[in-house]
Parts: sequence; C-alpha cells; structure tokens
Amino acid sequence: MNQLIIDLAAILAAATPLIFACMGETISERAGVVNLSLDGSMLLAAMIGFAVALTTGSLLVGFAAAAMTGALVALILGGLSLSLGQSQTAVGFVLALLCTDLSSFLGARYVRVPGPAVPHTPIPILSDIPLIGPLLFNHDPLIYTSFVLVPLIWWFLFSTRAGLVLRALGDRPQTAYARGVPVVPLRYLYLMLGGALIGIAGAAYSLDLKQGWSYRHTFGTGWIALAIVIFGGWQPWRVAIGCYLFAALQMMASRSQSVMPGLPTQVFQVAPFVLMIVVLALVNLLASPNTARRLNRLPEPVRRPAERIVAWLAMPAPTALGQPFERP
Amino acid sequence: MSSEQGRIGGKQRGLIFGMVALAGALLFTSLVLLSSGVNPLEAYQLIFLGSFSSPIRMSDMVMLGAPLILCSAGLTLTFAAGLYNLGIEGQMIIGAVAAMLPLRLFSDLPVPLLWLLAFTCGAAGGAAWALLAGGLRIGLRVNEIFAGLGLNFLASGIALYLVLGPWRRVGQASSSGTQPLPTDLWLPTLDKLRLAPAAPIIALLALAAIWFAVTHTRWGLELRAVGMNPQAAGRMGIPATRRLAESFAACGAMAGLAGTIQVLGVFHQLIPSISSGIGLLALLVVLLVRANPVWVLPVAAAFAIFSVGSLQMPLALGADSSIAGVLQGAIVLFALLGRGLSVTIHTSPRIQMLTQRRKGAKPSTE
Amino acid sequence: MEVRVQNLTKIFGSLRANDDISLTFAGGQIHGVLGENGAGKSTLMKLLSGFLRPDAGEVWLDGKPVALGDPGAALRAGVGMVHQDPLDLPGFSALENLLCAAPRWALPSRTEARNTLTILAGRLGFSIAPDDRVAALTVGQRQQLEIIRLLACGARALILDEPTTGISAAQARALFVALRRLAQEGNTVLFVSHKLDEVADLCHTVSVLRTGKVVGAGQMVMPQPQEHLLNMMFGPSSGDHTPPRRATLQPTDRPAWRLDAVTAREGNLTLSGLNLSLPAGAVVGLSGLEGSGQQILLRLLCGRVQPEAGRVLLEGADLTTAGAEAFRRNGVEYLPADRLVEGLVGPLTLADHFALLDRQGAVINRRHAEAAARQAIADYQIKATPMSPIMSLSGGNQQRAMLSMVPAETRALVCEQPTRGLDVASARAVWGRLHARRDAGCAVVFASADLDEILDYSDYILVFFAGRVSRLLPRAELHAARLGELIGGVDFAEVEEHAA
Repeated sequence: MNQLIIDLAAILAAATPLIFACMGETISERAGVVNLSLDGSMLLAAMIGFAVALTTGSLLVGFAAAAMTGALVALILGGLSLSLGQSQTAVGFVLALLCTDLSSFLGARYVRVPGPAVPHTPIPILSDIPLIGPLLFNHDPLIYTSFVLVPLIWWFLFSTRAGLVLRALGDRPQTAYARGVPVVPLRYLYLMLGGALIGIAGAAYSLDLKQGWSYRHTFGTGWIALAIVIFGGWQPWRVAIGCYLFAALQMMASRSQSVMPGLPTQVFQVAPFVLMIVVLALVNLLASPNTARRLNRLPEPVRRPAERIVAWLAMPAPTALGQPFERP
Repeated sequence: MSSEQGRIGGKQRGLIFGMVALAGALLFTSLVLLSSGVNPLEAYQLIFLGSFSSPIRMSDMVMLGAPLILCSAGLTLTFAAGLYNLGIEGQMIIGAVAAMLPLRLFSDLPVPLLWLLAFTCGAAGGAAWALLAGGLRIGLRVNEIFAGLGLNFLASGIALYLVLGPWRRVGQASSSGTQPLPTDLWLPTLDKLRLAPAAPIIALLALAAIWFAVTHTRWGLELRAVGMNPQAAGRMGIPATRRLAESFAACGAMAGLAGTIQVLGVFHQLIPSISSGIGLLALLVVLLVRANPVWVLPVAAAFAIFSVGSLQMPLALGADSSIAGVLQGAIVLFALLGRGLSVTIHTSPRIQMLTQRRKGAKPSTE
Repeated sequence: MEVRVQNLTKIFGSLRANDDISLTFAGGQIHGVLGENGAGKSTLMKLLSGFLRPDAGEVWLDGKPVALGDPGAALRAGVGMVHQDPLDLPGFSALENLLCAAPRWALPSRTEARNTLTILAGRLGFSIAPDDRVAALTVGQRQQLEIIRLLACGARALILDEPTTGISAAQARALFVALRRLAQEGNTVLFVSHKLDEVADLCHTVSVLRTGKVVGAGQMVMPQPQEHLLNMMFGPSSGDHTPPRRATLQPTDRPAWRLDAVTAREGNLTLSGLNLSLPAGAVVGLSGLEGSGQQILLRLLCGRVQPEAGRVLLEGADLTTAGAEAFRRNGVEYLPADRLVEGLVGPLTLADHFALLDRQGAVINRRHAEAAARQAIADYQIKATPMSPIMSLSGGNQQRAMLSMVPAETRALVCEQPTRGLDVASARAVWGRLHARRDAGCAVVFASADLDEILDYSDYILVFFAGRVSRLLPRAELHAARLGELIGGVDFAEVEEHAA
C-alpha cells in the first residue's frame, strides 16, 4: 500500500512538465493555432531557464526567462503563420528543429553543470494526512502549481467570458469577428500564453524533474505532448488524465523487468503512441456520418446511452484549427 | 499552396527573396555564434569547407548525402500531393529492420542476391509503414502528421526491442546495436574510405527516376493536380485517393532504401537510432525545395556539407556541432519568411494600388 | 431607430456592387429589400452591418452619421445582422452562444443571461431553452437565437438576409409574428428576400435593387402590384428572345436521365418525390432564384449528391449510388460554376490539362498536349498560350478552356452558371459550343440566374421555387413575364407535376 502511494505520487510528479506543456498547447489549439514547435520550444526554454537561473541564482528569474522563451518562439510562429500566411505546420516544424539545435549549441557549456533546483516543500499539516498527504502534499511548489493549473484552465475555458471567446476563435473565427472580437490579435495572445506555459514545462525539466541540462534533455516529450492533447480531445481534464497515464506507462516501462519479465519494456514505451493512433482513428470513425446512421437504427433504450458514449468519446477538434483567418 | 506560382515576375521576386532569406539566415547564425564567443568566419570556414578537408570527410559527406537525397526525393512526392509525411523517420527505421530480415534469414545465399533482397525488403518495409500512415489518413482521416509521429515512436520501439531482444549481440544485450553483419555483406567501399559508391549511385538513380516521374509522366502530373486541387482532379477523372496512397508508398519506399543504406553501407548493423534524424533533415530540405525534385540535389548536398563540416567544430573551435542544424533551420525559416513577405506584399491592397498606379495599369477583369 | 444611407457606393474591381444608393428606413417598420441575385442586396446589408466599408457615401443612424468600421462597431451602434447561415457557435450551448463576446453591460452574468434568454424567447414566442446545444437546433431556431442575442446586445435595427430559406413554414410564421412585434416596439427591421408573397405579407415599405442601383422612385409603400415589382426586379424583358428550337417533346426523344421518386438533401434544402425525365438532344434550363434547389438537381445528375430515396437512371442504367466517377465514365461531364475551385487546377497550364486528359501511355507526350491545347485555343478562341497557367486566364477564357476539354464522347453535359462573369461575346461563343453539342445528340442541362439566358438558350425549362420543382415546361409555352412570376412563386402550383 505504502509503495503504491509512493508510486502514484511519483507519477504525479513525473507528469508535471507534460501538464504544463499540454495545457499550453490546449490553450493555443483551442484558439485555433497548432504550435508544432512545442518540442523544440520546450528544449530551448529548458536550457535558457537553467542558464538564467544558474547565472542569476534566482529560480524565479529562471522560470520567467523560460516562459519568455516559449512566448517568443510562439510569437515567431504567429508572425509567420497568422500575419504572413505561411502554413502553421511548416513553420512549427522548422521552429521545432531549429530550437532543438539552438538549445544544443547554446547550451553546450551548461551540460551537466550542477545548478539550482526547486526545493522539496511538503505542506505542513496537510502532508501528514494519511494517504492523501504523501500523495498530494509532499511535493514542490511547481508540482502544486500543476495541480492547480488543470482546474484553472478548465475553469477559464468553460466558465469565463474570455474563455468563451477563446473557444470561439478556434471553432468559428468568423462568428467571433462578427461579434467585434479582434481575431488575429487574440490568437497571438493565446498562442503566446500557451507558449509561455510550454516554456515553463521546459524549465520544469531543467530546474526540477531532471535537474540540470544535457543534450536533448527532454527527448521527445514535446511530440508526446502534442499527441496527448489530441488524445484528450482538447478537454483539460482528459488531457491531464492522458498526461498521468503516460507518466504511469513510463514508470511501468522502467519497472517492467521486475513486474512482468516476459513482456519487453518497449511495449510500455510505445503503448501510448499506439493508443493515441487507435483513439484518433476511433474518434474519426465515431464522428463519421455512417456511425450516426447506424446508431439511428438501434432500438431506443440502447440508442440513447450509445449516442452519449459516442458523443463523449468523439471529442471533435476545434473546427478552425490550423486554418488562417481572413476578414470577410 | 502555389498561389504565387505563375504570376509574372514570380521567379525574379522569388530569387530576390531567396537571397534575402539566405542573408538573414547567415546573419542569425552569426549572432548565435558570436553569443557563444565563436568567430563566425572561422566557423563558416569549417561549416562550408570542412567537408572537403580530407578524403574521409568527403566520403562521410557522400554517405550522409545519399540517404538524405533518397528521403528528400521521396518527400517531394508527398509534398506534391499536399501531405506532410512526418512519419518518414519511422519509414526509414522499418526499412532498415526489413532489410535486416533477408540478411539474417538467408545468410547462405550469394552476397549480390542478398543485397538485392535487402534493398527490396527495405523498400517494401518502408512503403508498408508509410501506407499505414496513408491508410489512417485516407480511410480514417487521422492527420498524417500525428499518425506519422506516433508511427515514428512505434518504429523506434520496434527497433529497440529487436536490438535488445531477439537480435541482440551474442552473449550480451546492448542498446548500442545488434551483432555487426559479416564484413562480406558490407557494401564495398573505396580503398580505405568509408565511401560505398553504391549508395550515391542508388540515391542519384532514384532521384532521377522521381524527377522523371514528377515532370514527365502522367502519374506525376496527376499527383501534382491532386495536391493542388483534389476536387478538380476528381472531376477530371483522376483517382485522387489512389494517388495519395501511391505517393505515401513511393515516399516510404525511398525512405526504406535510405534505411537499407544505413544498414549495409554505414552502420553495418541495426542500431536503435538508425535513421539518425536524416528523415527530419529531409523534411527541412523539402520545405525549401517544395515539390521540385530538381533542387533536391544541390540543397541536400549543401545540407550534408554543413552537417559533416560542422562535426569538426568541437575539436577545432570548442563549440558544438549542432550549429549546422541552426543554420539549416534558419535558412528554411527565413525562406518561409521571404515567401510570406513576398506573397503579402504582392496581395496587400495598398501596395498593389501603389504599384498599379505606378505602372498606369488598370485592374484586369473580363 | 431610423437607418438612412446616403449616396452609398461600393466597388469591387470594375463592378459597382452598390452605386450611389440613398434610402431611409424609418423606425418601427419592416422594410423589404428586393432584387435578383447580384443586384447588390447583400453588399448593401454588409455595408450596413459593418462587414464592408463603403467607398463613398454615409450611413446615418437616428440622424447622426456613423462610421461602421467592423461588425462589432455596427452592433455597438445598434445595427445587427442575422445571416442566412446564422453566424453562431455550433459547439456551444444556447446560453454560452448568447454570452460569447457579449458586452458586459448587456449581460452582466450567467444568471442574467439565462433570464434574458428566457424572457426574450417567451416574449417573441421562440422555443429555445438556455441549455440546448446550438448544433442540435434547427436553422430556424438558430435564427431565433441570433435575434435574441442581437436584441440583448442592444440592437435596435435588425437585418435579416433571406431568413425563410431553409426553415419550416411554421417557423416562418412564428418569425413573422416576432418581427411584427419588434417593429411595434419601435425597432427597425430590414427584410431581404426574393419571395414576393412574404414581402407583401410582412413589409410596410419595399425597395428594389438592380445592378447595384435603386430602381425607380426609390422606397415605395406597400402594397404594390406584383407584376410591377417583378418588372422592377428583372427589368423590362428584351422581348426579342431567340425562337425556341422545338415546340414540344418529340416521341423520338430518348430520355438521358430518369429520376424516380427521388428525395435529396443538401444543406438545409430538400427536394422530395422528384419524378423527371430529361431528354437527350435538348437544352434544359433550370431557372429560379439561387438556392431554390437547382444546385441539388444538377449535382444529382452528375452523381455528386446521392439521393436519400428513389432511383437515378442514366440511359436506362441505375446509377443511384454509383458516385460521380461512374457518371463521368458513362459520359456525363460536369462543368461547375467555380471554375478554379471544382473545375480546373489553377496553377497547371492549359497543355498540362490536355496531358491529363490524354489517357494514352504513361509518359506525357508534351508535343501532343501542346498541339491539343493550340487546337483548343484556335477552336474556342481562348486568349492564352498552351503554357499559360489556367489561373492567369480571365473567367471567360477559363470557361472556354473548360468546355474545350469536354471529351468528344460526352453524352450529357451538366453546367452550373455556364456564362457567369462572361461578357456578351464570350457568352454567345460558349452557347454556340453548347448548342453544337446538343445538335450532335448530347443532353445539356444548365442552371442560370439570368432569365434572358434561360429564355434565349433553353429548349425546355424547369422552374424551382423554394425546393419545389415545376414539370418540364417547353420553352415555347413560357414568356418572360410568366417565368418571372413562377420564380417568385406566383401561382406555382399550376406548373407542378401533381397539379398538371
């Protein structure tokens, strides 16, 4: 039992950077912009955040620098795609590779240099509660922030007026425009806000989870984050579940030799991706008109719950995702 | 996609913006170099000329250029069809894995036959892996970018599993690679160099074939038509989905050939990172040349020169070799900037009005 | 609120979409704006609701000139527009849709918004609950929601663009009741339509637009005689239409298509229970205001829409579910109105297109393709070279290029607006070609918004009105005035199948 709690707590901690990155990407994609630079952006922010924290001696300044890095990359993406009409995919992809190499080059002198790290800060009293205490309140401030971030983003998207407008930007920007919303400036804003969170995700590695800097420090996590956002259907809670699921699978991968000796480790490592592809295929299958037609033929008592399940599973992407907005 | 093509003066404008883009990329890279305390001139000397400093470097450059050309050539096909085949890394890996199969299974066959089998299997493996992404995209409307990314991870998982599991080195499992192939299976190299002439020959032949297919066959023309306007292509009786699937398969086959070269000519074993990021680099090449195979050779060659040249950076200048990637990425980024500016300036009503007034032309209508 | 436009002018390229329009729409009344497609109605409404900015002229609201830079500014000034396809958010609930981007003073909180929605819906007799999902509402309900939203956000002048297209008769009645009530309360309602009976039923005044200008004396008080309005909309008939080629259906005419009890849907329009036989060797013109159902029939005839019920036969073969490619293989060629969207591949050259059409050999024979392109350029008087990208051609030349690519073995041609955007000479040339095809035994079906084109070039005419279809009317039996009436729905039942 104790071991289980420790493991679960470790999973919550390990998923922290993913949570930040995925929430950032969710905001950005909900506003209609795919930030495909996520992986490179995160790496560059991890490196810069670490370097700045090391030189200034301030963790806070380090995190701020990381956030600014992510926002800056997002700004470049916005400039080329939102203002100059280039494909979001193309620009995002180039930025992902460029930032990765920039982080390797500029970060060469910081490789394996010991540096500052977010201190472990159990919350007094709360951390003594049995089960919940060690699970939730025996971490560091960054991890606590990640706990708060998910409901915060969810609340923002679904319960605030600004959140309604944000979702309108990604679903039907013409509608937003018709209601007097400045579509492109707001898309810039949310793209950069998302970028800032992605930057913090990077720093969560270099200043917390995998303290320090080395080449391709977060190898591949950014690409995974992109997949998890789709897996989660752009819903903060489901995206968060995806993050924790991924962290759990990774932990199993590292333990699999002892837990299930017959099963190759790689099964756990690649399982999330197979799962993602299957989920994507399933979602599209469920969203197709054929499915609706077939559901219609079911008898009433079966149809209703079946339709509800399908509707829940088939979370559609923001309708205008990746598309440029042109003033009518 | 190609709205700027075909307008009068497009070529000249493209050239001007191309030069500006190159200058911008060099300026940006210089700033990066300066910020790390590296003398840009010395660095550029290495990056541009380092590949030619010794026969060994030159052969390395050729052995990097060959799979890069193969992948880029394949990607021009998917790009022509309007697709972003991000799954190319995985297609290379599965191509390499498939190429290993006949080498392991039928090791007593004559060597030339084994090579032929390996290349055939490699191409088939890559094509099959690409068709998986293609099927997901065409049949289930899964975006090829994310299907491709997922399949990349899956492919490297499979390679890692084989390296550590069934195909592990005799006596020890090491993630560094499988048991090396017997030396008689290695592609023959030039005297004392790592250059296997078969690799560039295959790459150039494949590039020529794709150039011919894209520019001179109806298949290539149909593919371009589908990429530019699938609806109109369908109206003219072109089987659009079939062409999309074929472009995936052809691109995968090229990637598979590249993977086979990595096995037979470069690493002589299966290693987990057998694709070495060549597929990603090829994507950069294609974002620059787009669907035009003619430019693949110079651009891929230049990128290979940068990559191999910069390998001497750590020893010579104490700086990291990833500056090549910075330069390559910056070139593409600034090229996109140039394209964006040229289209925006061309279509901006205010600027158009100014140029029209200057030319004294009236707006063209019926 | 009084809405006044003064010398309003909007120019697109060489087209004067709105040409010096001056009108006054008094508060507390419903004003009809009539006009055929392309008359400039939508441009005027877009200028009033801030979607477009005028090139000259002014908009005055309650006696003050205003600058409506964007739709948001227009709504702040009190002008709101309900689009034909309501600009709402399908993924939202009705309440969220109402709140999205609404000014805080109008709807301070979710609870307030919920109350406002319930109250306004009750007052106007609309049936919308706050938690309904927008995607699950009918078009009529979405319109109602938009009206509620605009009122809640302070609109005192409402513009409705063809609001009764795609909604049920009951919903239309409910809408009219609500609009009358809004007018009584002092709001201004602009009702854009091409349905004469609705305008007669609802409006206090009417203004007719034609080719971007206000026709006649300007705004007129209703009621007005229908013939008078039709005359204003379509202009005096030129009178000298080419005589029809054949008077009646000859028994030897074999049918090209036969439709048996076909029901088909596209968007929010349905054609139901359609029984039709279209002859080969004749030109059939589909007439009606845009969006009355012609589009669906055209697409049915080339397999681009599949019927929900019934059968589609082509020369006796059942192709109901065969798909567009099967129709094409069986000799049906489709010529879309949007030449660069569905018709041709813009960046490819004329020679490229001929290379695509030449099915022989895997390798392109450039010389062949260029020769074919040159031949087409000579035959069809296309102003281009074989190496010109299609998108660099003018509309007329694109149309001629598309025609020149129709294979010789084609047995049926389906043309959507074949001469849209073409000058007179080009249009005549295109029709020369189409008639030559017909004389060779090809079936030609075309849709056009231009009554003169329908009357000049058809052998038979099908009239569409709000999803209803007339029987096949021989051209000789129709004169311009009667066609205009039918398009407007006047005595439409007389020409319907079951009434005959």
